[in-house]
Amino acid sequence: MTDEIIEELELEPERYELHAGPLLHFDLDRRDFFKVTGGGIFVLLALKGSLAQESGGGQRRGQGGAMPKEIGAWIHVAEDGSVTVYTGKVEVGQNIRTSLSQVVAEELRIPLTSVKMVMGDTDIVPYDAGTFGSLTTRMMSPQLRKAGAAAREALIDLAAEAAKVDRKELTVAGGKVIHAASKRSFEFGKLTHGQRVARVISDDVGVTPPGEWKIAGKSAQKVDARAIVTGKHEYSSDIKRPGLLHAKVLRPSAYGATLVSADSREAEKLPNVTVVKDGEFIGVAAKSESAAAKARESIRAEWKTAPQPSSRELFDYLRTNAGQSQGGGRGGGRPEAATGSIEKGLAEGDHKLQQTYTVAYIAHIPLEPRAAVAEWNDGKLTVWTGTQRPFGVRSELAQAFHIPEEKVRVLVPDTGSGYGGKHTGEAAIEAARIAKAAGKPVKLVWTREEEFNWAYFRPAGVIDVNSAVTRDGKITAWEFHNYNSGQAGIRTLYEVPNQLIQFHSTKTPLRQGSYRALAATANHFARETHMDELAHAVKMDPLEFRLKNLKDDRLRAVFEAAAAKFGWGKTKPAPGRGFGIAGGFEKGGYVAMCAEVSVDRTSSAVKIERVVASFDCGPVVNPDQLRNQIEGSVVMGIGGALFEAIEFEDGKLLNGRLSSYRVPRFSDAPSIDVVLVDRKDLPTAGAGETPIVGLAPAVGNAIFNATGIRARSLPMRLEKQIAQGAKG
Amino acid sequence: MANAIELNINSTRHRVDVESDRSLLSVLRDDLDLTGSKYGCGEGQCGACTVLIDGKATRSCITTVGSVVGKRITTIEGLEQHGRLHPVQQAFIEADAMQCGYCTAGMIMSAAALLAGNSNPSNDEIIKNMEGNVCRCGTYQRIVAAIHKAAKA
Repeated sequence: MTDEIIEELELEPERYELHAGPLLHFDLDRRDFFKVTGGGIFVLLALKGSLAQESGGGQRRGQGGAMPKEIGAWIHVAEDGSVTVYTGKVEVGQNIRTSLSQVVAEELRIPLTSVKMVMGDTDIVPYDAGTFGSLTTRMMSPQLRKAGAAAREALIDLAAEAAKVDRKELTVAGGKVIHAASKRSFEFGKLTHGQRVARVISDDVGVTPPGEWKIAGKSAQKVDARAIVTGKHEYSSDIKRPGLLHAKVLRPSAYGATLVSADSREAEKLPNVTVVKDGEFIGVAAKSESAAAKARESIRAEWKTAPQPSSRELFDYLRTNAGQSQGGGRGGGRPEAATGSIEKGLAEGDHKLQQTYTVAYIAHIPLEPRAAVAEWNDGKLTVWTGTQRPFGVRSELAQAFHIPEEKVRVLVPDTGSGYGGKHTGEAAIEAARIAKAAGKPVKLVWTREEEFNWAYFRPAGVIDVNSAVTRDGKITAWEFHNYNSGQAGIRTLYEVPNQLIQFHSTKTPLRQGSYRALAATANHFARETHMDELAHAVKMDPLEFRLKNLKDDRLRAVFEAAAAKFGWGKTKPAPGRGFGIAGGFEKGGYVAMCAEVSVDRTSSAVKIERVVASFDCGPVVNPDQLRNQIEGSVVMGIGGALFEAIEFEDGKLLNGRLSSYRVPRFSDAPSIDVVLVDRKDLPTAGAGETPIVGLAPAVGNAIFNATGIRARSLPMRLEKQIAQGAKG
Repeated sequence: MANAIELNINSTRHRVDVESDRSLLSVLRDDLDLTGSKYGCGEGQCGACTVLIDGKATRSCITTVGSVVGKRITTIEGLEQHGRLHPVQQAFIEADAMQCGYCTAGMIMSAAALLAGNSNPSNDEIIKNMEGNVCRCGTYQRIVAAIHKAAKA
């Protein structure tokens, strides 16, 4: 069972994300919306290929052409005037429950608190591929704006009919349609009372321009903040069901281990314990978690293991096992970018530079580990679980149990984070298998060790860069090869006439998948570090060097905004300190960061003192929560930049627990200043991921500025080199 | 073997039939439906399970239920008094000091213990006291701001 999931998880993370689940679409005739909600106004947003165009999804899925017409979102205005939004997106801390509510409240001219969001319940929300790729704000938010606007227009139509006036004389405010001339007003609930209006609208309905926003575009507190601070919010692991049992799963002794034998007789003799054996899967259920753990411990299993590569030889392994080079997500086979001639470009430069950069496997460590509650009723399976892909997990469950998807309901309560690490349904499948055998609802909460060992990692990678630059600072050649970590953010926005940029797939010793910003972190680290090295080679200021090779207005603007706020070029760092700058573009967002680091004289430890982050994601929906996401990206990025790395040997993790794997803590967090570049004239983009890409190179470049020692590996563990350098 | 154990939680007496070597966290969550305290690591490294034992911030995942008999146990559910949020809870809302919220209860309990003993902590004192609580979403700067805010409330 577990093997099937691993095979499904594609090696290349971007491809994996875009291949996320089959494209299902609801059959409108079969679905009686009002059965779910009662009467009122129902607005369904039918997409006419805008999704396919914006994401390039059709081509990326290898289907060609536009995607079939499907429902993107729906909004219901009930007979009591309440407004409910149904979306397949899920809340994992990125705060979309609030920001999506804001755009709907804006279009319907109602207070934020009047909007209820139903999210990630596969029985009652429209199909959605998943919450990843920073697509919610880029895709779902515009869809909900349109659906909200259409609902508003439908209410105006009803009021015009009721008041027998021209609809142009009507305005909408405070949950009412108002006819100012006759001083009459019609509450939404009264208008919809006794009505069953379903409107299917196309995606070209007029929405309120960001420049006129009153609720969207403003800071709003998290809508469920009170439930969170009082401990009342129910995560998947908090769900209770009548007769609930607790489950544990027997894990293999190493990756790829095969089961030779298992003696579970002792466990089977224990009172109130169910033991499930299904191929290599062995699970137990008992009345308490500790009883389940004891039953599992009594099972004597023998595993056969095979020698496997270790983290010490990882980078050689990735390079030597590289297969055919692959293009990036848009066809495959060809380089991601190839213009001019590298040979010619190298000949034209005055300085040539060849360097290799590496990034380690790192773990997501969502503070809520994988958890699921599963129950079977008359052949129908219901699972509550924290995942970024509710419909994807529904498919996994349907496949695992050979039942139609209609027989599976997945509900995703707002989840204790994901960061790209919760695309799969392992815990859901395991809990469902054990519940089926036990004949009772079952809860399975992975331990932290299980989450480390049996989830998946951000891919490790090796990046070779070969470049040349003229004496006066023009880049003439840029050759960039990425082994394994992925294509996201692999292209350069710097103007280089001769480019060859290629991704190479290879064999990976560990199970790998998505991670916040995917490979854009690795590719930006290599690119922006290399840019710094080139600037140093031609003795130019790193910012000046970047701007000299950059035409893109938006990237220039964030660089300039970050530099201005930081005071770049205005002051020199104090002794033992250094300044660094880096920036880039990914998923529709532009980021630049300036960092100041200090290096401790005795321990040579690096501390990030302050960071200025400038970000442009088009029109800002919720400034304070956007700041929160950018600050969070900076802090999360510190782990991968300075100390996070998975160590492994022979199919076992050597540091797969929180006591041996360091994550950023309070004392690691710098002072963070965020500068938002609010571009109301442009389409809106997501913000949960892209800001993380700027942190590592900005810090590495600041360390070089402070010590003269260049970091070319993530994490940058430079204490020894700094200590030796200081002695020399 | 399971024994009847009496616990004083949030000023209410609870009788539970559990083995005394079980973790306080599992008894709170699974036997008493007090699910505000969270499991994050099971080895006292992340602070998501933090509760107060006689006022002291304690990791309930590595505390046996037998060891807290006769002591005052306060969980996140016990901070709100007569519909009024504790100042730290209120400050977390006002400072937007959360993203996914899974660490929040533990953060609030650690901060409440700090403020009970030090009504006006410095930045460094806050950081030192909170170092054992992990927020993977990275809201540390906001949490520090929230604790300052609560101290002034």
